[in-house]
Amino acid sequence: MGNVLAFCEFTSSGPKSSALSNLTFARQAAAAHGGEVIALLIGPGAAAAAGAVAAFAAKVVTVEDPGLDNYLAETYAPIVARLAGEHGASVVTATATSVGKDLIPRAAALLDAGCASDISKLAAKNQFVRPILAGNAYSTVEISSPVICVTVRQSEFAPAEALGAAGAVSSAPAGAIDAAGATFDHLESQKSDRPDLGDAKVVVSGGRGMKTGENFKVLEQLADLLGAAMGASRAATDAGMVPADWQVGQTGKIVAPNLYFAVAISGAIQHLAGMKGSKTIVAINKDKEAPIFQIADYGIVGEWEKAVPELIEEIKKVKASR
Amino acid sequence: MKILVPIKRVPDPALKTKVKDGAIDLTGANWVVNPFDEYAVETALRLLENGEAGARVAGAEIVVVTIGPEDAAQQLRSALATGADRAIRVDAEDKALDAGVVVAALVQIIAAEKPDLVILGKQAVDGDANQVGQMLAGKLGWAQATFAASVELAADQKSVLVGREVDAGVEYKRIGTPGILTVDLRIVSPHSVKNNVTPATFAYPDGPRYASLKGIMAAKKKPMDVKKLSDYGVTTTPVTREVGIELPAARAAGQIVADIPTLVKKLADEAKAI
Ligand SMILES: Cc1cc2nc3c(=O)[nH]c(=O)nc-3n(C[C@H](O)[C@H](O)[C@H](O)COP(=O)(O)OP(=O)(O)OC[C@H]3O[C@@H](n4cnc5c(N)ncnc54)[C@H](O)[C@@H]3O)c2cc1C
Ligand SMILES: Nc1ncnc2c1ncn2[C@@H]1O[C@H](COP(=O)(O)O)[C@@H](O)[C@H]1O
Repeated sequence: MGNVLAFCEFTSSGPKSSALSNLTFARQAAAAHGGEVIALLIGPGAAAAAGAVAAFAAKVVTVEDPGLDNYLAETYAPIVARLAGEHGASVVTATATSVGKDLIPRAAALLDAGCASDISKLAAKNQFVRPILAGNAYSTVEISSPVICVTVRQSEFAPAEALGAAGAVSSAPAGAIDAAGATFDHLESQKSDRPDLGDAKVVVSGGRGMKTGENFKVLEQLADLLGAAMGASRAATDAGMVPADWQVGQTGKIVAPNLYFAVAISGAIQHLAGMKGSKTIVAINKDKEAPIFQIADYGIVGEWEKAVPELIEEIKKVKASR
Repeated sequence: MKILVPIKRVPDPALKTKVKDGAIDLTGANWVVNPFDEYAVETALRLLENGEAGARVAGAEIVVVTIGPEDAAQQLRSALATGADRAIRVDAEDKALDAGVVVAALVQIIAAEKPDLVILGKQAVDGDANQVGQMLAGKLGWAQATFAASVELAADQKSVLVGREVDAGVEYKRIGTPGILTVDLRIVSPHSVKNNVTPATFAYPDGPRYASLKGIMAAKKKPMDVKKLSDYGVTTTPVTREVGIELPAARAAGQIVADIPTLVKKLADEAKAI
């Protein structure tokens, strides 16, 4: 016991940056429990990515099988649970991505483990700090089950640095694969060259006051000028102006970039829950009473129709003068 | 087809959070049905009715269940008022519960009720845990389709095709019955739920329905069973305990800037953000 099994998402070139945050937490938990970090890679390309992941963890275990080519909680959770047992894990962890949130509680059920979701801090060996009530409070929970499952809020843990020596890589069999009648059908995604919301240094978000999806083009120009990701309020995604996966907030994505632009967003607590960890917040809103101004570092009271094009020109000037 | 919807009451999310004696101060809280659970009830209704004709399809039943104190009966009544048929309350103080205990109780209720689908909210907006549905599916060994933004019931009622909101977009996953669904915000959009009975062109109002006066009256007569955890043989005890609560540090007050050139200058020189 005492080890930490860290489920890591990866691409062909290595761990996703979200997984590096998970590994930072995993190291802290391993130190607290007196064990080591075992990074677990499941799915196609796991063996190929293992070398790059080994720079960050003492051990890397890969599991590949044609039956695991598409992620399904039903097939992945039993593998996580089995390997947690085989590797003497006291803590099983993943980043709170849509995969981590889907997978880890299911694995927890198989392990009879208590589960702390979306944590922001390791407070003590078995104590975790996590935001509750849309980030309006932080709760410290103590979990007393022999194995503990955790999902980690990416924005609260800096990406892990490479270790001095590469970890040992091994592979494990998939075992019997049973999807419990579930099948992956297809993924609808809009390809974008912009950074992931979770990783971006700058995020440009628009709200209901943008009125139409077409109007978001000007925000996209601003985003592209700054290498930013695009975000939105729920009102904008619900109205179909922009894709649902742009939603920032309590029930959307949690972001904490260096710079966050909230344009024509009123600042409901559910929206703030997803972005108030940002370093610098800029709000543009025509209503000077809008609650967003209470948390913004810099506010512009005015219409986006005028403010945003001017902002783009002004930033271009500053960039050109450097 | 029978659908079970577990619902939780939560303090009104629109009200300010207060802390007293190291815990969230809930004196005088205004309790409401967790919004996602309202969406779960609405999803169940849309799956089991002919939206155009209004009436419920034959053989359909919706059972709502909560594990909670006596007051939580009110939230069950609200669900009955919007159209659920029957309610079960398993009596327990909030302090005696954690996700593991709730799941253990739901497992037993499911064994007794044998629903074809269990539809939960994706998260309770007080604890923001987002875990009960997944844990329940794991314990039962059933398939799970979490974060559902759309659902289509197959004509033979043996499977559902679910559009799940994932980080990369929308993932479509098919699960058979019995199975577990947890619902996201957009499940209550006008065309998100299809059941092969309601015409595909039919548009529901955006959002969950309100209870009609008639519905509220009818709800008073609908059956509500009250059980104890021990009636279901649940001996699981909580493994999660809250040991502290803190309010987040307030952000330092910001400033309204006069014009865009000033803003850009401040972003460059003061915040060093561009
Ligand atoms: C269970 C639940 C979960 C939720 N989760 C989320 C979540 O994750 N994320 C989220 O964002 N919301 C969430 N919400 C919704 C949230 O409560 C708000 O309804 C939503 O954030 C409002 O979006 P908005 O600010 O774009 O719209 P509004 O509140 O309508 O604000 C629009 C703003 O635009 C301004 N405006 C209008 N025209 C112009 C103009 N020409 N120029 C400049 N400004 C202009 C207006 O002054 C106004 O302030 C959730 C709600 C519930 C109940
Ligand atoms: N005490 C409870 N009684 C009934 N259902 C619950 C209870 N707690 C949670 N649930 C259900 O589980 C979902 C997810 O809750 P959570 O995992 O706590 O965020 C909720 O939306 C409800 O559908």
